Amino acid sequence: MNDYILEMHGISKSFPGVKALIDVNFSVKRGEIHCLVGENGAGKTTLMKVLSGIHPYGSYEGDIVLNGQIMKFNTIRESENTGIAIINQELALIPDLTVAENIFFGHEIMKRGLVDWNETYKQADIYLKKVGLNINPRSLMRDHRVGTQQLVEIAKALSKNAKLMILDEPTSSLNEEDSANLLRLLKELQKQGVTIIMISHRLKEVVSIAETITILRDGATVYTMRADEEEITENKIIKYMVGREMDNIYPHRESCVTDEVLFEVKDWCAYNAKSGQTVLKNINLKVHKGEIIGMAGLMGAGRTELALSIFGNTPEYKITTGELYLEGNRVRFSSPKDAIKKGVAYATEDRKKNGLILIQDIKFNTSFANLDRIRNRGVINRNEEVVQANKLKESINIKAPSVQQILRNLSGGNQQKVVLAKWIFATPKLMILDEPTRGIDVGAKFEIYTLMNEMVKQGMSIIMISSELLEVIGMSDRIYVMHEGKITGELSKSEATEQKIMHFATNTEELS
Amino acid sequence: MSENKKTGREYGKTLVTNLRNYLMYIALAVIFIVFQILSNGSFLTARNITNLINQTGYIAVMAVGMTLILIIRQIDLSVGFVAGFLGAAAARLLKAGVAVLPTILIVLAMGVMIGLVQGLIIGKVGVPAFITTLAFEFGFRGLLTLITEATGTIPIQSDVFYELSNGFIPELFKIGDLSGSCLIAGAISMALIVFSEIRKRKELKRYKFEDMPVLLFILKLLFFVALIGTLTVVLAGYRGISWTIVIVVIVIAIYSFVMNKTKVGRYIYGMGGNPEAAQLSGVDIKRILIGSFASMGLMAALGGILYTSRLGSATPTAGMGFELDAIASCYIAGVSTSGGVGSVANSVIGAFVIMSLTNGLNLIGVGISYQYLIKGIIFILAVALDVRSRGKKALG
Repeated sequence: MNDYILEMHGISKSFPGVKALIDVNFSVKRGEIHCLVGENGAGKTTLMKVLSGIHPYGSYEGDIVLNGQIMKFNTIRESENTGIAIINQELALIPDLTVAENIFFGHEIMKRGLVDWNETYKQADIYLKKVGLNINPRSLMRDHRVGTQQLVEIAKALSKNAKLMILDEPTSSLNEEDSANLLRLLKELQKQGVTIIMISHRLKEVVSIAETITILRDGATVYTMRADEEEITENKIIKYMVGREMDNIYPHRESCVTDEVLFEVKDWCAYNAKSGQTVLKNINLKVHKGEIIGMAGLMGAGRTELALSIFGNTPEYKITTGELYLEGNRVRFSSPKDAIKKGVAYATEDRKKNGLILIQDIKFNTSFANLDRIRNRGVINRNEEVVQANKLKESINIKAPSVQQILRNLSGGNQQKVVLAKWIFATPKLMILDEPTRGIDVGAKFEIYTLMNEMVKQGMSIIMISSELLEVIGMSDRIYVMHEGKITGELSKSEATEQKIMHFATNTEELS
Repeated sequence: MSENKKTGREYGKTLVTNLRNYLMYIALAVIFIVFQILSNGSFLTARNITNLINQTGYIAVMAVGMTLILIIRQIDLSVGFVAGFLGAAAARLLKAGVAVLPTILIVLAMGVMIGLVQGLIIGKVGVPAFITTLAFEFGFRGLLTLITEATGTIPIQSDVFYELSNGFIPELFKIGDLSGSCLIAGAISMALIVFSEIRKRKELKRYKFEDMPVLLFILKLLFFVALIGTLTVVLAGYRGISWTIVIVVIVIAIYSFVMNKTKVGRYIYGMGGNPEAAQLSGVDIKRILIGSFASMGLMAALGGILYTSRLGSATPTAGMGFELDAIASCYIAGVSTSGGVGSVANSVIGAFVIMSLTNGLNLIGVGISYQYLIKGIIFILAVALDVRSRGKKALG
């Protein structure tokens, strides 16, 4: 028997009008951590869906060979029975069930035809310990953070006796600390004999964890590199991903910062209206005209809360004290509508949940935050709308046949561009971007960065909230770091390093 | 892909996309033909069609109001007895000697107030629409019984009020047996439709968008012209254009304009598509919600007036099940059950589909129990066809 647990030979898969996979070969050695990388739309997720039976046998060409035998999965359950477990990017947990119920959902522990609850909670506890979680299996799923939920998903996979675990972007919604924690766990599982396939956009963690990396581009395998054969670097991976050497991930920008203070927050304190919890403590910050401010911090540090409370989302966050100044004048935004009118825009971190109207088309979304620009005596001029939307579509390179394309059918990167198009159309003075490049590929990221540079060049100011340290360092003129609702540090572009930011973000003393 | 050369398959696709948009008209045509055959030709008579239109009026206006409610992902179960109560209120006011116009205005204002209160309870207090409006349905059923209790049925004593749902626009001249004012109105609307469609197409061309093939466009125009032409001639053969038609057309025109050409309309669609995103884009979603319920109240009042006028009296059971007919009209007309999609004009056609069924089944002598059964089956079939043709995934 060879040492490959899995071999996928000549896999091709088509969707109407698109060839998602073209003759892909993919082999995974027993007991290794194998990373699958590639730009969005390269076919990574599709390949894993073929493997796990979500795309059933017959809907693709080629062979799946598991432990030397050809597999013909028709459902996920069939693949699960052979020891394959897939953990999707969007977690499949049910918030109102307990942790234990979630772990055994779909394969409940039964006794005489009924669920054996004592055994369920006992077993759940064992699996939770295995993934390093010390939580009550009777607690509700919704009361746990995303990082914890991710680990529960892994516990669930282990409870199904998974031998081959597939993780699709497991760290994309985790902060650096939780990510590191997760990667440590994967290493631990590997020691216990579990083979792991991980899809990730975070090349840094790919480099740190993978023994083998397979790179997909446009539905085909372009390269497989092994850590024991060659040195793996991020640049090398990027080169194969995009087919060219990208020596600079962050486009160069001449500083556009002026002395004029555009926006100022003074002694800003707020608490969550529902939980009563204090979320922001004495925030003071300044944004100059033409400046990109980076807001770094771990998830839950209060950055999104700060943005929302400034943006006038008062029902959710009650402001106790604090003042805002826009162009020297004291302001208060009573609602998002008010904030937009006065020149502040906020692009949310989750474009699907609360950023875009996916069932509508590009032009609808583009004009939505500033319909006055296409109104003539109260009547919407649809032709004008199309012309304006088209202009923006061209200038920021949204890849779609027309502005009448429904957003649901666009890739993540293009959707994100529509988010930006919408806010550019609203012509704000200050744009708050919350995780502007989350979940989009390297090429689209570069375009978004270029666009941000363009925006500040035209005199706009940007506050960029980002959990990617390199992005914060690469793009910002100045950086504020938050920790538990407070600003713990301020760094200029020249003095910013990942270490320094992490120290402020975790509020620990810097070790020298 | 070359822009100019379209394959046969693409033409086919365009055809299917376009057909889907007219599915309801086709359904209506099929219903007409079937009833025409089953009734031995008595369905498509001038008299019956006029009758059918006047019958549909009150449901049609309520379906218009309901469309907005369903688009923003809410529901209104109260409109049945709210309409019934307001109709009775109108009858009481007229009986008390209030003139027709003030009566109508007072009743419409009451409708708006009722909608506003419901909107406030839903939007500001946070009680779900299903529960709030269900409670109002109970309440207004009580109120209706209360104001009709003493007298039982309240007859309408105003001719003008009675004319609203039973009268016709005055005759200018006659061509043979045909009503002249009706023919003129028909000709004007035909011209308007052809003109606006051609203008729309020209603009689409100018902006180089994907457009339906010329042949299909001409077919579509011919279809509209034929439809209106037939309708005009049929109506002209009886008593011409009823006030109900005028009222419904005005309601459709105003609502279509608001929904397609104004900020409020955009906000309604946007809020239906994604309320959170709409709010963070500067939409005051509570105001939109309250406004939509106020508009629903207004339409319920209008529906109540039309129904009472039609019957010539207010009865203690008026309004029973209207809300269900209105909701069914919308869903048959392709309003999405998950919100964000729908058109008021289509919902009016949906109301016609439902009322044609009632009218036709009555005409061929099907008993009321079987009528409900058949309506239920057709409702499911219609929506199933719509859902499948949109390529939506079924659960599981």
